[in-house]
Amino acid sequence: MAHASPLGGSVVTKTTVIAAAFAAAAAIILAYRFIYGLGAVANISNGYPWGIWIVWDVIIGTAFGCGGYAMALLVYVMNKGEYHPLVRPALTASLFGYSLGGASVIFDLGRYWNAWHIFTPGWINVNSVMFEVAACIGCYVLVLWIEFLPVIAEKYASPEMRKKISKTLYIFIALGVLLPTMHQSSLGSMLVVFGFHIHPLWQTELLPLLFLLSALGMGYSIVIFEATLVNASYRRPSEAGIVGKLGRYMVFLIAAYLVIRWGEIIVDGKLGLVFSSGGLSLAFLLENLLFLIPIILMASEEKRANAQLQFVAAVCLLLGGALYRIDAYLTAYDRPGWHYFPSVSEMLVTIGIIAIEVLAYIVFVKRLPVLHTVKRAHGVAATTNE
Amino acid sequence: MALTRRNFIKGAVAGGAVVAGATAVSTPACARENKTMPPMAVGLLYDSTLCVGCKACVKACRDNNDTQPEFSTEEKLWDTPLDISGRTINVIKMYAEGTSDHKDQERNGFAFIKKSCMHCVDPSCVSACPVQAMRKNPESGIVSYEPADCIGCRYCVAACPFGVPQFQYDTATPRIIKCQLCRHRQAEGKIPACAEVCPTGATLFGPVTALKEEADRRRALPSESVTTFARKTVGSTDLHEKKVANYIPHIYGEREMGGTQMLLLAGVPFEKLGYPALRDRSYAASSETIQHTLYGGMILPAAVLGGLVYVAKKNVPNHHSEED
Repeated sequence: MAHASPLGGSVVTKTTVIAAAFAAAAAIILAYRFIYGLGAVANISNGYPWGIWIVWDVIIGTAFGCGGYAMALLVYVMNKGEYHPLVRPALTASLFGYSLGGASVIFDLGRYWNAWHIFTPGWINVNSVMFEVAACIGCYVLVLWIEFLPVIAEKYASPEMRKKISKTLYIFIALGVLLPTMHQSSLGSMLVVFGFHIHPLWQTELLPLLFLLSALGMGYSIVIFEATLVNASYRRPSEAGIVGKLGRYMVFLIAAYLVIRWGEIIVDGKLGLVFSSGGLSLAFLLENLLFLIPIILMASEEKRANAQLQFVAAVCLLLGGALYRIDAYLTAYDRPGWHYFPSVSEMLVTIGIIAIEVLAYIVFVKRLPVLHTVKRAHGVAATTNE
Repeated sequence: MALTRRNFIKGAVAGGAVVAGATAVSTPACARENKTMPPMAVGLLYDSTLCVGCKACVKACRDNNDTQPEFSTEEKLWDTPLDISGRTINVIKMYAEGTSDHKDQERNGFAFIKKSCMHCVDPSCVSACPVQAMRKNPESGIVSYEPADCIGCRYCVAACPFGVPQFQYDTATPRIIKCQLCRHRQAEGKIPACAEVCPTGATLFGPVTALKEEADRRRALPSESVTTFARKTVGSTDLHEKKVANYIPHIYGEREMGGTQMLLLAGVPFEKLGYPALRDRSYAASSETIQHTLYGGMILPAAVLGGLVYVAKKNVPNHHSEED
């Protein structure tokens, strides 16, 4: 008997049809972009050269894709086997978050036909944080697909083949922990060279550490978020018990994040800016509030077992982490005389990418052994309809 | 030990490395210092007090770099770029305050200012570019751009402290546009077009050391005294006489970001002219210090990977027995 089994059922549902429609809209807009240039569909400029296609699709998208990283760290490095049922769904979401985040970079590259240069000796600039990020995310997408192979193999491969995959998997699991540690921190380092363009409340040489800690926190949050949604949508039994225990790690990571963030601000004498920076003060305080709420909600064992509190805490942390990234890359990025707000086309492309992720996730959980098997003896069957 | 900023950062970084699974962090951050001026560095000295705003340099730049005029008036009669852009490499802008009666005066005055690449000694764009499309010539120090290498990621556009590299958003085959000190003309023994045509010597070409000496000479002269100014190239015999203006005591580009190969003199504070106050340590140095500390020789990642492989090999069979 396998640990996990496909949900089954039709992949053509109201949700998947709507998702496909959004994906199609994005494809049309992107065709336009490739003919007329980036400015024809996006509001980016020489003052704000990066818009939501970078900040949402890549920076936030990959942070949302940290579920697989966070769970691998817990199960395979910290040896907490009890969380094993959560690994596959987390890995599946990471697979799509990262694959699409990586692929969507192509739309944003002005000279995409040269994209291969970034992986090619002779062009590579090892001093560039962008190189580290690109190479590392590229490798990690490959590693994620390899880590996912057993799921596909379980359905299609022979037992000998499966054994071979199983034997070497530990190397890829180790890489699957190292690579996100590298590039999620580098996504913070990337801002250091921007210097005074970034408001001092966000600009610090500790950016890599802050990005890493918040990405891991977001990784556990996305696992809680998905487990809650999947179990509710497909009327599977709640996983509140096991999921709630993740809250402990979430609290630890976010507490560390807040201590370091505020510590740096205090030690560097920037505390006054917290209240004197106008709109940015509000953005800063909102971010910190969204990080603080999960700590309060997940403070005790009892609270952590509560499914509603778990979900609210996870959503707050995901929003806080996303806002931190939007602020650091866009809101607190100050170029006098320039403004940026995404165009409708830009947003539709981003929504289209999210739609593809949702679509692919549904197809995979219905066709492949991703979700752990629910025993009928429990009285609640894994139903095949939405 | 007192809690200083540096100690705090060190402590936090060490703590983070432990979180990341590193077993030992013995290397204190070995700071990457600012890069130094190439020995044969050439550049421009722009003296705002000599500039008459004729924009001959804007036209000459277009002619020599194949850029088309930009119009900002409805009639489209004149080439009127408002700033550098995906179509404009060099502009002369104007500062005006109050009644704008007096040249090179902050209050009720006006002044001209050139905007083009500063050719930093330690450029952010060169550090940021993942594919070496932005390069700094080790001899001349010219910061050049090679479209054949460029992937169009625009990290240079976002990173430049002066907002110089400009991307073309209105074409399917965009490139970055920036001043390359007319390196194609210099290859033919000519000087940059902007310096070639400047009628007052406000834009002057030459070795950076000579330009710096000339800037120091001008600043040391008593204001209202009369002196000679060279045109085209520093030390040339093409001279004219003019009253010395009232310089502010600051050569912009001497120290900013570790120095630049374009130096600026003016009678109005540079921040009013669109040149921000910047620290001496280059941002490239800060960024590369982090990268080299974490990834120097790939020692730290290799050590962490070794630890992870060991732990994973031990733990994976416990939790990955799908064969049951």
